[in-house]
Amino acid sequence: MNDNLEPVLVCKDLCISYYTRAGEIPAVVDFSLTVKPGETIGIVGESGCGKSTVAMAVMQYMGANGGIKSGSITFKGRDLTQLSEDELRRIRGAEISMIYQEPFASLNPSLKIKTQLMEVPLAHEDISKDEARQRSVQMLADVKLPDPERIMESYPHQLSGGQQQRVVIAMGLLSKPSLLLLDEPTTALDVTVEAGIVKLVADISKKFGTSQIYISHNLGLILETCDRVFVMYSGEVVEEGTINSLFTWPRHPYTHGLFSCIPLPTADKNAAPLKPIRGQLPLPFDRPQGCYYHPRCDHFKPDVCDVDHFKMEYVENSAADDHRVRCLRYKEIDHRQDTSDVEVKESLKLGKRVLNVDGMKKYYEVRDNSLKAIISGKRIRYVKANEELNFTARESETVAIVGESGCGKSTFAKVLMGLETGTEGEVRHKGKDISEIAVRDRSDKQISSLQMVFQNPFDTLNPSHSIGAQISRVIKKFGVETDKNKIFDRVMRLLDTVKLPRDFYFRKPRQLSGGQKQRVGIARAFAGNPSMVIADEPVSALDVSVAAAVTELLMDIQREHKTTLLFISHDLSVVRYLSDRIVVMYLGHILERGTTEEIFSPPYHPYTEALLSAVPIADPEVTKREIVLEGNLPSAMKPPKGCPFCTRCHRKIGDICDNEPPQNQAVSERHIIKCHIPLATLSEVAPVINVPDESERIHTQQ
Amino acid sequence: MVMLVIKRCGFMIFTMIVVSLILFMLLETDLTGDPAARVLGQFSNAEQRELWREQHGYNQPLMLRYAKWLGNFATGDLGESIRFKGPVADVMLPRLWNTAILGFWTFAVMIPLSLILGVLSGMKEGSKLDRSISVFGILTTSVPEFASAVIFSSLLVFGLQWLPGTSSMAGGFEFKQLILPALVLIVYDFGYVARMTRASMAEVMTSQYIRTAVLKGLPYKSVIVKHALRNALIAPFTVIMLQINWLLSGVIVVEFFFAYKGFGALILEASLNNDIALLEACAMVAVCVAVTTQTIADIGYTFLNPRIRFS
Repeated sequence: MNDNLEPVLVCKDLCISYYTRAGEIPAVVDFSLTVKPGETIGIVGESGCGKSTVAMAVMQYMGANGGIKSGSITFKGRDLTQLSEDELRRIRGAEISMIYQEPFASLNPSLKIKTQLMEVPLAHEDISKDEARQRSVQMLADVKLPDPERIMESYPHQLSGGQQQRVVIAMGLLSKPSLLLLDEPTTALDVTVEAGIVKLVADISKKFGTSQIYISHNLGLILETCDRVFVMYSGEVVEEGTINSLFTWPRHPYTHGLFSCIPLPTADKNAAPLKPIRGQLPLPFDRPQGCYYHPRCDHFKPDVCDVDHFKMEYVENSAADDHRVRCLRYKEIDHRQDTSDVEVKESLKLGKRVLNVDGMKKYYEVRDNSLKAIISGKRIRYVKANEELNFTARESETVAIVGESGCGKSTFAKVLMGLETGTEGEVRHKGKDISEIAVRDRSDKQISSLQMVFQNPFDTLNPSHSIGAQISRVIKKFGVETDKNKIFDRVMRLLDTVKLPRDFYFRKPRQLSGGQKQRVGIARAFAGNPSMVIADEPVSALDVSVAAAVTELLMDIQREHKTTLLFISHDLSVVRYLSDRIVVMYLGHILERGTTEEIFSPPYHPYTEALLSAVPIADPEVTKREIVLEGNLPSAMKPPKGCPFCTRCHRKIGDICDNEPPQNQAVSERHIIKCHIPLATLSEVAPVINVPDESERIHTQQ
Repeated sequence: MVMLVIKRCGFMIFTMIVVSLILFMLLETDLTGDPAARVLGQFSNAEQRELWREQHGYNQPLMLRYAKWLGNFATGDLGESIRFKGPVADVMLPRLWNTAILGFWTFAVMIPLSLILGVLSGMKEGSKLDRSISVFGILTTSVPEFASAVIFSSLLVFGLQWLPGTSSMAGGFEFKQLILPALVLIVYDFGYVARMTRASMAEVMTSQYIRTAVLKGLPYKSVIVKHALRNALIAPFTVIMLQINWLLSGVIVVEFFFAYKGFGALILEASLNNDIALLEACAMVAVCVAVTTQTIADIGYTFLNPRIRFS
């Protein structure tokens, strides 16, 4: 990077605290960072580690109860902590701007996009309205939004999530800032949309020379966007370095632990199970003596790690000279060693067919109340949420359904659970057609044998009942046990199964962390000995280390109970890791289905190819072919006439795609691709993800 | 948008017809006692009542009577008042006008005052200004109108002798006489609207788009006026529209206390004297105003909130 240039931002020995009635809460302790012009810095860590606090401190927007306790934030030679409100105002938006996690919430719902964009240059520069307008339109085009003039006249709710985030990015860039803060800018977006935004963000720093601080919990994204990375744990940086040195040989046990929590593209659940980090992040006022990480560290040495708090140190003999780590024992720890003791698990034998979905369709009726519809008599329209679904699942098998939001995967889960009834076709569970039986008409046995783990553990537990009461109620309802003592015993055993302490029986949901709540959700689902469990994005709301633990738990229970697991997800790396077979859905259609190996290697459906390319992979040696999908998911009310994917397909072969629905092509008995392109052509496509064979590191990790 | 207005108006007419039917059933049929007995008094004999019924067409079929009754209303023939011995319209319209004047001045002072104070206190939640306004608002709202009327009278009429004690306007309209009743109403209602505005403003101020606006480097004034106000006024708007109904027919206590010849007092008089025609007319006017203000509120709401307008 530009070593001889003045740094844009320097944070030195920064300590940030929040002051509450309970006393001072030190959110960030001892944080130092230098951002050079044109550089992209990544800050990674789990929730509560203080990464967003740092961003807000740079913006000097801490709320009434937050404050900088010591240290300085110097931006282009001026200490931001010493500036008046008016001086800050001139810097905010003009020289430092910020991009937020939820684009929809950060745009004003009652103002047009043009108003919100134009006010940025108008507030900071002395220019005319026409010029501001012109510049806004130009910037919208720069962030690759189609039809900028139309976007200018729209309200935020008329745009999709990806478009909204592009508008926010355009807003941030309008007055050509020298520093851009991005706080989890893609967390609320779909993978393919995320890939587009990530590419845009990377292009921006090249085009405008903007320095960036990119905050994320996703290591893969950091790898794709940043030059240098800071790993934060419990309010402090534990390791920093260039992408290459840190991602290739992480030194700190926590960084290493994070990598072990995310499935690598080559890993699968039997050969290389994930290794979750044990324990939990300590609360800010409850940090341990010495190294904050020592209670969770596998390399903890008494009387060394738990005595004094220590400073960051430069790593000796590192490839890059600015690799620093906060660990006393990093030289002694050889991370190559501790991968060998991973127990290799046997793969499960698949049993008989449990689920048979045959031509299942689900249409929703929508009444159109517009004047035009009433006059023309076309008042009822159909949302085709599921179109001709065909697939099967066996005992002990994990079938993943992947696709972007709006692809109909949750609708399918609802039909399966009986929350909705299917419009046509059959869904046979253990030989019985259940697609048209609503959940209230199902027998207790049917209900208990088909259970669900929900996405958001925070909302699925009743806040006013204890954990024990909620689980025992399920057992009682399903008639698994009737005797009070036996029910109690069973709840205890379930708590053991999901690895929660037994005294959680008496706890209320508010006393539990997110991961613990999701464990309770799993215990509840397995209370009635289900033969099949639908897990709808069970770990997407959880932190990486917690997600790994919950994923492993789910796998272990499945192993034990021989349960069929239907795993609904948009995260292909998790899907790759744990599923036996994959169903790729788009706009209500199954575009491709097959075993995991078949899906992850050519021939691909073009959509699968794009999905694979969109997955961020946290490994610098793995290379990917870049395929960025343009445009939005079409409305399910007006699906394309031909192939559902034709509007965004990068391999479109002509009019046939627009006009004729494609037929299923069978690659093998259970590998089906729905596409017009001949299989021979699809087979010639090179793999999207390339894992180098000679990499010593990746192979020792297995 | 046109569809919405047509729909709301259709719904408004439907509501009014339903209410008129209920009103008709309650006052003009035997459901709640013989109307003849109600008009002629309990000492009238059966012959007199029969004669009255014959004269006033009460022996016709029910549906026909309702249709006629509704037709009379629609054409402005509101019937005769027994109490005031004259056409109902002549009695009611001046009263309605009086109430409109009182309501107008109350509104003209109360709405800007409570909006400004509400926004000021919501802007910085927990500040000293916020707390003072909130406490003051709760205090004034929790004192009932009759109590504050007595307090203000003793202070301004008997103590300082600034204002007249009654507002009967016996010698023609006099603005001075309007001050006391308006003051009592303003003080009573101010806290309510101000607190609604405050809550809404405080919520908007914590929203992420306000943070965006601040971090864009906009001047604070522009953040408040351009970004916060419009969103913060959506919720209080409905409440403000509801206050119109209250001012029309819910301020009987104040009107009585100051002997102000308003609409609320008229309704009370009509019902105490079994003046059926007058009561019906007043009730229909009140319903009409209530439904109209709500329709305006609904349509205005969509104007303030583009999410509803374009979905």
